[in-house]
Amino acid sequence: MSVTLAVAGSNRSAVRAAGFALLRRAGAALVVVWGAVTLTFVALHLIPGEIVDALIGTTRVSPEVRARIISDYSLDQPLLAQYLHYVGRLLQGDLGQSYSQGMPVSTLIGQQAGSTFALMGAGIGFALVTSVVVAVATANRPRWFRGPAVGVEVLSLAVPSFWLGILLLTVFSFQLHWFPAIGANGFNGLVLPAISLGLAPAAMLSQVLRQGLERVLEEPFVVTARARGVRPALVLMRHALRHAVLPVITLAGWLVGAFVSGAVVIESVFSRQGLGRLTSAAIGQRDFPTVSAIVLIAALVYIVVNLLIDVVYPLIDPRLREPAS
Amino acid sequence: MSALRRPGTMLAFVFLAVLLLAAAWPSLFSATDPNSADIQQTLSPPSAEHWFGTDQNGRDLYARVIAGVRLSLLIGVAASALALVAGTVIGVLAAQGGRATNTVVNRLLDILLSIPGLLLVLLVIAVLGAGTWETILGVALITTPGYARVVRGEVIRIRGAVFLEAAATLGWSRPQIVLRHLVPNALGPVLVLATIGSGTAISIGSALSFLGLGPQAPTAEWGAMLSSSRDYFTVAWWPAIFPGLAITATVLAITVAGQFLQLRLEGRAPR
Amino acid sequence: MTSLVEVENLHVGFGKVHAVRGVSLRVAAGQSVAIVGESGSGKSVTARSLLGLAGRGSTVRADRLEIDGVDACGLPEGKWRRIRGRRVGFVLQDALVSLDPARTVGAEIGEVLRTHGTVPRADVDSRVVELLREVGVPEPEARAAQYPHQLSGGLRQRALIASAIAAGPALLIADEPTTALDVTVQAQILQLLAARKATGTALLLISHDLAVVSSVADHVLVMKDGVFVEQGPTRAVLENPQHPYTRQLLAAVPVAHARGTRLSPSAGENVAQPRPVIGTDVVLAANNLVKTFALPGHQSVKAVDDVSLELRASETLGVVGESGSGKTTVARLLLGLERPDQGTVSVDGAPWSASAAKEQRELRRRIQVVYQDPLSSFDPRYPVHRIVAEPLAVAGVPRAARRERVAELLGQVGLDADVLGRRPGQLSGGQRQRVAIARALAPRPRVIICDEPVSALDVSIQAQVLDLLADLQAQLGVSYVFISHHLGVIYHVSDRVLVMKDGRVVESGDVEQIFHHPSHEYTRALLAAVPTLDGLAVRPRQSSEVAG
Repeated sequence: MSVTLAVAGSNRSAVRAAGFALLRRAGAALVVVWGAVTLTFVALHLIPGEIVDALIGTTRVSPEVRARIISDYSLDQPLLAQYLHYVGRLLQGDLGQSYSQGMPVSTLIGQQAGSTFALMGAGIGFALVTSVVVAVATANRPRWFRGPAVGVEVLSLAVPSFWLGILLLTVFSFQLHWFPAIGANGFNGLVLPAISLGLAPAAMLSQVLRQGLERVLEEPFVVTARARGVRPALVLMRHALRHAVLPVITLAGWLVGAFVSGAVVIESVFSRQGLGRLTSAAIGQRDFPTVSAIVLIAALVYIVVNLLIDVVYPLIDPRLREPAS
Repeated sequence: MSALRRPGTMLAFVFLAVLLLAAAWPSLFSATDPNSADIQQTLSPPSAEHWFGTDQNGRDLYARVIAGVRLSLLIGVAASALALVAGTVIGVLAAQGGRATNTVVNRLLDILLSIPGLLLVLLVIAVLGAGTWETILGVALITTPGYARVVRGEVIRIRGAVFLEAAATLGWSRPQIVLRHLVPNALGPVLVLATIGSGTAISIGSALSFLGLGPQAPTAEWGAMLSSSRDYFTVAWWPAIFPGLAITATVLAITVAGQFLQLRLEGRAPR
Repeated sequence: MTSLVEVENLHVGFGKVHAVRGVSLRVAAGQSVAIVGESGSGKSVTARSLLGLAGRGSTVRADRLEIDGVDACGLPEGKWRRIRGRRVGFVLQDALVSLDPARTVGAEIGEVLRTHGTVPRADVDSRVVELLREVGVPEPEARAAQYPHQLSGGLRQRALIASAIAAGPALLIADEPTTALDVTVQAQILQLLAARKATGTALLLISHDLAVVSSVADHVLVMKDGVFVEQGPTRAVLENPQHPYTRQLLAAVPVAHARGTRLSPSAGENVAQPRPVIGTDVVLAANNLVKTFALPGHQSVKAVDDVSLELRASETLGVVGESGSGKTTVARLLLGLERPDQGTVSVDGAPWSASAAKEQRELRRRIQVVYQDPLSSFDPRYPVHRIVAEPLAVAGVPRAARRERVAELLGQVGLDADVLGRRPGQLSGGQRQRVAIARALAPRPRVIICDEPVSALDVSIQAQVLDLLADLQAQLGVSYVFISHHLGVIYHVSDRVLVMKDGRVVESGDVEQIFHHPSHEYTRALLAAVPTLDGLAVRPRQSSEVAG
């Protein structure tokens, strides 16, 4: 059978197989999201004490007001009913009302999300750029060049991000007045938090990338490329980088989770508005709809990132593209 | 390759030995009571009497840092040991347990992994309350899925290895092969991960107490000390520096030691 | 005669290791020269030094190093790049890893053209197709758009060669270019290289295989421990070797007339190898084995299709075939690692494949295995004494008794007691294989399945292991199923032979019969494709056959 016909035939069955795979992934994704939300429901209802008390806080209210709050939020219904009620509304796209703030959760999140996403974006951007630059510059270099970079990386991984934030604040904000200190918006206000958030991930990415590069540079096909007279820089860019990037991409899913967690802490250090504050407050107040919505969004982001990874992988390594070789 | 030839690694192991000593016998290092407050001497800078200065309550900072060693090491070691055991069992189950078990366990792991670590820990602390053991459980909970994944990955990778087949030709039964050859070889990477992971556990633990959710006052915990130092660092830099240095140095030493172990292990990894 | 390559007194060192110790060689335009040696001889390093690619941490010095008229002594990296690909082409073994798996074959070949600008940009694609056609790749336009893993081994290697000759270099260096290939494909690639020589390209061939060298090279240099111990025109060196090492190498190659003699140097040359008398009882029998594997996409492949065999005591049954022939699957079925879909296997008369796992385990000690790569068959954590003692542990032999037996086994395979505490990673290839053989002998088996046991070893080590296996058979009466793709080895060790292709046995019978009077056309094709040592044929050439 001629090659061209064979390629066309295998393309059609490959598309079909990919379609089934996608459906299966979507199903698994739904299960994960549902599981996350259910977990949150269980957790928040396991917290000792009555929800209504957490909502009321320290104010003293009359029994009638208390009863009214209970009925308003259907807190007297059996747990299972509350759960099904909630899931039902979720499926319709309704995130519900915040127990504590009395406004739609979607609005609440919308107000705070922007700031957190800006912080995460800046942190991720910083981490990616730094790690690629450092890894490419130090791969396969002599010890005296590589050594300091590796040393800085190990140190960066050991320094707690919140302490780094404090130090940066002290030096660059309070002493040198280069950057604004607290609660600032705009680009200037993002620099110090982004560095605090992104330094440790940058160090880890750089290590993984560099190790990958050095491993790939020993491969026979790199020797072949060099034997063709290709410049070292081109050998790196054209041949090595593509293969070394794969383990880094695998880390992407974990990385996003680490950035979200880190953002919560950094927002506290720099007194920034954002989802971090919102989450800790909501947990404290047992504001289930808010916490659940945030968990939902986080889970969705995680799933999307993993799906993207699965899509990107075969794009980079053609050996993963076909179902059969 | 010997640890003795690498100065950095040597230093790390020595420092860890010192830390273990400080955890077991803090009185060897500091005679002062970490909780005794001297109101006359609040926020006094480092001196011959108070090596690291005093905090806002007049307590000797050096003594508190030393007292924190035991707590941090406890959290680090206990959390990662718990996660190691749980992760290994779950990981082996996920890889070997048959189709149904496989799917269920993998979905569960995915669910746990989809919730960002800190959020999960916050939920756990909210349910259980704040404190040392709650911190340990929370940190163990968020690191277990990662360990389980690594174990599962190793088991799957090694499953097809020739030496397992060779063991079958010798006459071992399947369960014997799993216990004698598969699991011991699959444990390598996760053991290293757990060693370095105790450093990560200490980091997360201190972040939690920074947020006020860890072991409660007046226990000397480094993260909490850093948190309270925030209010004063315009006037006193030492409460903000020394606890942070302690965390960094501890995590650094554990990481360097762990990486050395990893290099030793790689010489023996199954192909 | 102007020399294309002039090397005088080349030294290459890596720190304390002195890999190349003063070699001199000359390659004239259009000449083909081969460097022959075993692993560690320094042949690859020598070749790579001609490209300035000796390796990380290398120090290279020579009295003279001239390549295509350019003085390359102490040449800066930038100037080397003008030589690489343009004046000298380089072909490595195994195109699967020597071509970038993430780039199409066309892109890889095009890279040479673009780097050196030998062809205007617009014409690169058409020139790539032309090159592929030149090296014999069918449907070149379609192939150029494919990735290396989508091509067969032979086509891949042709593409790799195409990328090496693309810029029209005067010299082509090939480092073990056919080692990863099947015999028939290897023959085609060697033909291709010979054809290039005809166009005037000089060829420097690096190989461990004397037969391959003899079919392509005019001039041969024998290398050992960093120096050339002998050199000269190929025919002269191979027919009349002067240096003892060359003679040892030649003696180690299992050629036709060596059958029945020892291959490794012992009490002189052509020492007879005593062969045991073959018993009458059947120790292993397989009847009509069929094994099918499912492939993704609702397809299946019949790996083993109606294979039957019989093995008697003290007999060696050779199983020969190329990759995909099913010989490995047959081994796994015989070992009970897979159950056949149809057919039966019986060991020592007792049913084997049909019995339950527990009964099978009881019989296991009667049939053991030696793998091609012993290292991967050992638990990485185990030292030698634990590896060899493991079969005894299975049998429940108490620890104290094990030590004695292990010592006995080590003696049988010719290993010293000092390897006991070492890890296999610290041993040489030959030592590891001996440990594997010792382990296989521990339960006193009737049959040992040898799955390509010497294919990964150097020729002289291979000779030692083959002699060892023969000695053990004479001493202990054990039978072998010897699987290999190397016809010379099969001829040397076997009493009877099974020839396999696509899962079927195409021919079987007495080894002399099959090798001298093959009846199936596939057997004939296989035998014809084997490169022969000139004048020392692996199989005697009939007048009707044409030399490969």
